[in-house]
Amino acid sequence: MKYWIPAILLVLLAAGVALSGMNEYFFFAGYVVLTFVVLATAWNILGGYAGYVNFGTAAFFGIGAYTATVLFKWLGAPLAVQIAGGALVSGLLGFGVGLLTLRLRGIFFAIATVAVIFICETLMVNWRYVGGATGLQLLRPETLAPFDSYIRMLFVVMALLAVAAVSMARYIQTSWIGRGLRAIRDSEEAAESSGVPTLRLKLFACTVSGLLMGAAGAPMPMYLSFIEPASTFNLSYSVSALAMPMIGGTAHWIGPVIGALLLGSVQQIVTVTISNEINVLVVGVLLVLFVVLAPDGVLGLFKRWTRYFK
Amino acid sequence: MDPILQVSGVSKHFGGFTALSDVSIDIAQGERFGLIGPNGSGKTTLINCICGALRNDGGSIRFEGVEVSGLPAYKRTRRGIARSFQIPRPFHSMSVLENLLVPYEYVAHLKASKAEKQAMDILQRIGLAQKAHGPSSQLSQVELRKLELARAMAARPRLLISDEAMAGLSGSEVDEVLKILLDLNASGITVIMIEHIMQAVMRFSQRVVCLDAGRIICEGTPAAIVADPEVQRAYLGA
Repeated sequence: MKYWIPAILLVLLAAGVALSGMNEYFFFAGYVVLTFVVLATAWNILGGYAGYVNFGTAAFFGIGAYTATVLFKWLGAPLAVQIAGGALVSGLLGFGVGLLTLRLRGIFFAIATVAVIFICETLMVNWRYVGGATGLQLLRPETLAPFDSYIRMLFVVMALLAVAAVSMARYIQTSWIGRGLRAIRDSEEAAESSGVPTLRLKLFACTVSGLLMGAAGAPMPMYLSFIEPASTFNLSYSVSALAMPMIGGTAHWIGPVIGALLLGSVQQIVTVTISNEINVLVVGVLLVLFVVLAPDGVLGLFKRWTRYFK
Repeated sequence: MDPILQVSGVSKHFGGFTALSDVSIDIAQGERFGLIGPNGSGKTTLINCICGALRNDGGSIRFEGVEVSGLPAYKRTRRGIARSFQIPRPFHSMSVLENLLVPYEYVAHLKASKAEKQAMDILQRIGLAQKAHGPSSQLSQVELRKLELARAMAARPRLLISDEAMAGLSGSEVDEVLKILLDLNASGITVIMIEHIMQAVMRFSQRVVCLDAGRIICEGTPAAIVADPEVQRAYLGA
């Protein structure tokens, strides 16, 4: 209850703001920040809990977006179906990639996941139906009532997805699954000899993580009214999805949320006030600072301070 | 009575290196069994093959009459083979108590709330109760060894393999760990002890096997092992 009441209130608040007369740009930027809340939370399920650093976020995100595009172009599917489809296909991709790569450890796993991005991007570049390298212009359908613009509606949809993703991550963290994943991160051999089915658990985490990333990517083509491979499979999605939990703290579900809200907002502000190129620098500098000065993220800092002042 | 563990003709190669060749051992229910041998003789490889951390290349491993050599490690733990690690591998992000909850949840499939009381009982028996809620990353060497054993006990094994649980401990600490293992054995658990500290193995074991360069060179009572010229040569050189 202590979790669910604020969670529901947050979604209602998002809907309320979206129905108010607030400036459209807020929703344009807010949507991106919320997308990163989903991506960072999804990344943390495998990367934070189980300690398997996944650089392939862009691949899962992009495949979600392209699945939505195909469903839209082929069947004229509504947004909800696009999201469900994107989540499903990316979840399957997560399962497949996991099956092939989760026997690798540490840096080798990370490298393998980078390769997934390039494979997916190359496939889309060469697929005429979705526009190949030049991309595809998409015509948004009618906005559903009670919203008066599509962006406002997408903002609320992404707020719902964010709450759903965080709830899933929270459930996993506090259940026996979470304890098993932490055991894997601490020592895979000891976990296995304590009865933890390590491969199965990692596959589960990789699938759920991929599924959520796909769901986050699915509304993107409608948001931009356009899709194109180079920006959809951009490595910066992978870097941000990794940096945000690192900055927020990977041990707790709130960590990636803090990181995404913090870094995502700073990125939006920097993009508007300074330049789009600087925002990449911001991610880099913050990541270095946190890794060196606060390896357990904002949460770790907070813990240290509360202990210090007690 | 059938042996609890039958290792027959097990071999293991790493590339061109033969770590184990044609090793056969039967271990009886309730036995206190010692495994000795110089460094690199294949002791840890053998127990890795028994526990499933490594797959044996040839031969068979039967636990309670069932062939287990094809099973992944976690399934062997669930069947009743537990081990402690030579270099302690605690789940360092968890408290001492939580370390024990992992096997309770994954082997006995108990809810954490139910398992906590039983886990506390084990910690009490082993002398870690005071540290139960402290972080496992701040334990001393001997406490880490005890945690290894406690976590193995939480998996409710019928066969416990203790891989050098006493290496690097002081005399009185060795006695402490030895007492824990003897108590466990008295409660019906078969124990395989791998150890460098001869005095401990000799006091503990009913039967000892000595490995050298991947093969068994001698088997017998502790007294017979110490007197064996092959063993003396393996340890002291020609």
